[in-house]
Amino acid sequence: MPRIRLPAVANWFTGTGEDFRLLGTRCSDCASVFFPREDVHCRNPGCAGGALVEVPLSPHGRVWSYTDGRYRPPSPYVSDPELPWRPYTLIAVELPAERIVVLGQAVPGVTVTDLTVGMDVRAVPGVLYEDAETTWTTWHWRPVEVRT
Amino acid sequence: MTADVAVLGVGMHPWGKWGHGFVRYGVTAARAALADAGVEWRDVGSIVGADTVRGGYPGHVAGATFAKALGWQGARVTSVYAACASGAQAIGAARAQILAGLADVVLVVGADAAPKGFFRPAGGERPDDPDWLRFRLLGATNPTYFGLYARRRMAVHGDTLEDFAQVKVKNAAMGALNPYARYRKRVTAEEVAASAPVADPLRLLDICATSDGGAAVVLSSLEFARRHGAARPVRVRAVSTVTPRFPNTVLDLPDIATDSAAAVAPAEVTFRASIARAAYEEAGIGPGDLSLAEVYDLTTALELQWYEDLGLCGEGEAAKLLREGATAPGGRIPVNTSGGLASFGEAVPAQALAQVCELTWQLRGRAGGRQVPGARVGITANQGLFGHGSSVVAVV
Repeated sequence: MPRIRLPAVANWFTGTGEDFRLLGTRCSDCASVFFPREDVHCRNPGCAGGALVEVPLSPHGRVWSYTDGRYRPPSPYVSDPELPWRPYTLIAVELPAERIVVLGQAVPGVTVTDLTVGMDVRAVPGVLYEDAETTWTTWHWRPVEVRT
Repeated sequence: MTADVAVLGVGMHPWGKWGHGFVRYGVTAARAALADAGVEWRDVGSIVGADTVRGGYPGHVAGATFAKALGWQGARVTSVYAACASGAQAIGAARAQILAGLADVVLVVGADAAPKGFFRPAGGERPDDPDWLRFRLLGATNPTYFGLYARRRMAVHGDTLEDFAQVKVKNAAMGALNPYARYRKRVTAEEVAASAPVADPLRLLDICATSDGGAAVVLSSLEFARRHGAARPVRVRAVSTVTPRFPNTVLDLPDIATDSAAAVAPAEVTFRASIARAAYEEAGIGPGDLSLAEVYDLTTALELQWYEDLGLCGEGEAAKLLREGATAPGGRIPVNTSGGLASFGEAVPAQALAQVCELTWQLRGRAGGRQVPGARVGITANQGLFGHGSSVVAVV
């Protein structure tokens, strides 16, 4: 039986392929943008607090910094202890329109040697892990042009 | 400027992996601090404990635990939690009680027995907790955040891996002279370069370990100190425990994203710089007045960041300051004469207190082989998870 696809975290992203977007919220009063989404109250201390409206974030950004995890992270990160650990790459990306830096894993196969600060990257759908019934989905950052 | 309080006594339990409970470390440090102060526990009017940390959150209640272990004597009791900044918050609470006239003498204690390996979040399914989410969604351990900061410095300021290694070399040389340090061996740049990569570009010897340890400080009013015969005690002149200001634009543990600066312009200085600025303003001093600084070198690269955030040099000039030897013993502004976290490892609730212990020994002129000649003014700097600033200015 094929696995069903479910987001690893609810309402943080939407869409597939070219239409994939991270989802934040925007204050209808002061226009501050929040990711992860803020649904209760605007966190701008100078704002009386308007309604928070869901808003897709820009799909493109620039690498603010990057690193990798050479050791298996502890739970609740899900990984198969039977398999050798494969380091993953983390990228912090600055979205120019929102002026926000968002952390994410790079698409599998991208290593730190492929990256430079300032490089253009794009948010794409990815898989965090799979269990018997479910493929748990997430966001990944993909360099727009991977250097060879 | 606020009024000063006196540091009557300081004490520590050596850092290490001793396999005991945190109470033993805290009580050992407390008894040492009381002996150093020449104050009997029964004469202490208030005790403030810095809670242990478990999974990013408060673990054991510290104030009452230490009071019970020392022997209930009816003191006013307080426990505080601010992650890595807990020790400074404890000093802040103690100082406020003294200045408000609620207590003449306050004992401040922090201790922990750190679990092995990566710090990990509290258990269970907690998708509303950013500390849980960053592990679940990203596998973003603390060292990966440190790796991001280090790489950013390399890209923006031109810091090199050799610069980072030289921070470890400097701090290890000082730690070798400190009887309370866990690692008391000099380290070479080659040993740093040969250590295992943990989170690019950082290696094992760039990153501080987790340790057991305990530290305690006895504070009093200046009037009590005079009556007690301490004519010229070390004094706490400022305690900064500020939060960030919206929008906080530097990615901070355990967050997955920064605040957005789209609608509101960021403050003139970053959160870390604002921690020191608040301390300087309260103390009525500037970076040029400092004899020494104890900064939170969770990594070698972060020590360099603190140089700039404390105003010891301009933005991007930290590696140059290091290369000139300004922050080494004999330099213009020695940093981490204790050996720093590089030599201690982190015992979270004790660490900000350990920084104050080092300032106190230095300002008394009793730091032995680590002594900064003629030290008059010192600052500590530290930052706790979830947005806790921490900085203490001490003078003599």
